[in-house]
Amino acid sequence: MSRTAISGIVRPRGLKNTLLRLLLFAILGLFCLYYLMPLFVMISTSLKSLEEIHTSSLISLPKEVTFAAWQKAWSAACVGVRCTGLQPYFMNSILMVVPAVAISTLLGALNGYALTKWKFPGADIIFALMLFGSFIPFQVVLLPMARMLGYFGLAGSVYGLILVHTVYGLSFTTLFFRNFFVGVSDGIVHAAKIDGAGFFRIFFTLLLPMSLPTIVVAVIWQFTQIWNDFLFGVAFTVGDSNPVTVALNNIVASSTGVKEYNVDMAAAIIAALPTLLVYIVAGKYFVRGLAAGAVKG
Amino acid sequence: MNTRSRRIAFDRFFERWLPQIVVSPMFAASLVFVYGFIAWTIYISFTKSGVMPNYTLVGFGQYERLWTTPRWFVALGNLFIFTSLFIVCCMVIGLFLAILLDQRIRAEGMIRTIYLYPMALSFIVTGTAWKWILNPTLGIEKIIQGWGFPDFNFDWLVDPKMAIYTVVIAGVWQSSGYVMALFLAGLRSVDDEIIKAAAIDGAGPFRTYWSIILPIVRPVFFSAFVVLSHLAIKSFDLVMALTGGGPGYATDMPATFMYSFAFQRSELGTAAASAVMMLVTVTAIFIPYLYSELRRPAK
Repeated sequence: MSRTAISGIVRPRGLKNTLLRLLLFAILGLFCLYYLMPLFVMISTSLKSLEEIHTSSLISLPKEVTFAAWQKAWSAACVGVRCTGLQPYFMNSILMVVPAVAISTLLGALNGYALTKWKFPGADIIFALMLFGSFIPFQVVLLPMARMLGYFGLAGSVYGLILVHTVYGLSFTTLFFRNFFVGVSDGIVHAAKIDGAGFFRIFFTLLLPMSLPTIVVAVIWQFTQIWNDFLFGVAFTVGDSNPVTVALNNIVASSTGVKEYNVDMAAAIIAALPTLLVYIVAGKYFVRGLAAGAVKG
Repeated sequence: MNTRSRRIAFDRFFERWLPQIVVSPMFAASLVFVYGFIAWTIYISFTKSGVMPNYTLVGFGQYERLWTTPRWFVALGNLFIFTSLFIVCCMVIGLFLAILLDQRIRAEGMIRTIYLYPMALSFIVTGTAWKWILNPTLGIEKIIQGWGFPDFNFDWLVDPKMAIYTVVIAGVWQSSGYVMALFLAGLRSVDDEIIKAAAIDGAGPFRTYWSIILPIVRPVFFSAFVVLSHLAIKSFDLVMALTGGGPGYATDMPATFMYSFAFQRSELGTAAASAVMMLVTVTAIFIPYLYSELRRPAK
């Protein structure tokens, strides 16, 4: 961490090293352009008229900025046969993501706490078995899940998706919280037990407040995963219960009529905005989640 | 009196078993939704289920069918091309950028943020964006033609032979920044003393990285490999958004193959067999990883 004493490898001064550093910045800058280019193309295309798209270049700025494509993407574009825009599907995603994130985070915290601070015989095996659930390719559970959702009348509904995301997110939130609580001293819990505090009291008044950073990591991770999910959405919902990713794909993939690239791009940005905002506001926690949740299913 | 002592005994019993009581519903859920469902899928892969599940076992029939379906071989070929290129490109770009960023750069935080933001996007968004950029008439082709190469032709997206490489292009764009972050964290954890000692011994920057630092961060190569191969084997969203598996089924991968057989062609048995093949592959990569992770002291 403290690399202040020596400055990397390219260190001594001199003309050669100044040039080297310039080259370094040039390369880093080029890669910045590479990563930003698609975002730029999306934004600029979404602000052009269809006519200008056909005459101008992909990477040119719009000559005349118009928000018509955004308006259409939000409230008029056709998703299959329903021309409602992304709006209702965006709401579906919100209705799905809020309860799924809240439930899976709370249960994961409780689980991680019980498995570390109230360690009972077999706790490690239970954890290992649950962990495996986050690494499986979900294709292997698609068919039985579809049948079960149908059996309980949850097929094609947002409630079904909440259940699915909660169940498969749980192994991940458990992993986050277990790794945090393992590092918390047992002495605190012992002292609280001697004072007469019980299982839930210790959890809610002592350990849960301590784990605030982990809660943030888990919430952001779950939010990003569930919002961006496509597989479960496309397999388990139909028509008006689709989440926003599925609706976006339907707009883009529709082959009827004139291809409106500006509407496609506006719709893509709308679908990406929530997770992008979270990334911009809380990037540090997002990266921490990535490091911990490296091998998500 | 009797009720009261019984009540206290019950409370004690309850308190004693509370952790298990709290964990058990979640454990039960994972037993059903993970292990139970896997068992169901494996079972179905040994039956002759078609549109509806059929519980009569028929042995390896579905696997024989799977391994004689040309489309499955297309999916496997694509998986091989995609996985190898995706992993190599992400690793090379990721490691290269991590080493550059490790030179105590001004504005490092901002540059890192830019490199990593694609990971916050859905693969559907990435696919939509690249589908437009790679558009055979209005995309990159038109830019290059405008630069004075009127004969320039770039239609990989609709070329059955080349379409799979467009998936690689978009996939690498999305995931290489993440590999950069993994490597950068690894490089930062190398002890400064070692680097100083190398400098004193007169090792140049290239030698220092090649023969001293990179061997130390070898575990990062391993975890990056596991993460990327895992992403590649399950890649579904990106293919669906970018090419929809097409033209024809030229960009099919096991994940899209399984989805298509399960939900569009309603051949449940074959779909289940392909899902089991995916599970086996992921497990073969994952078990050694899990083993090495669990043997490491807890973080």
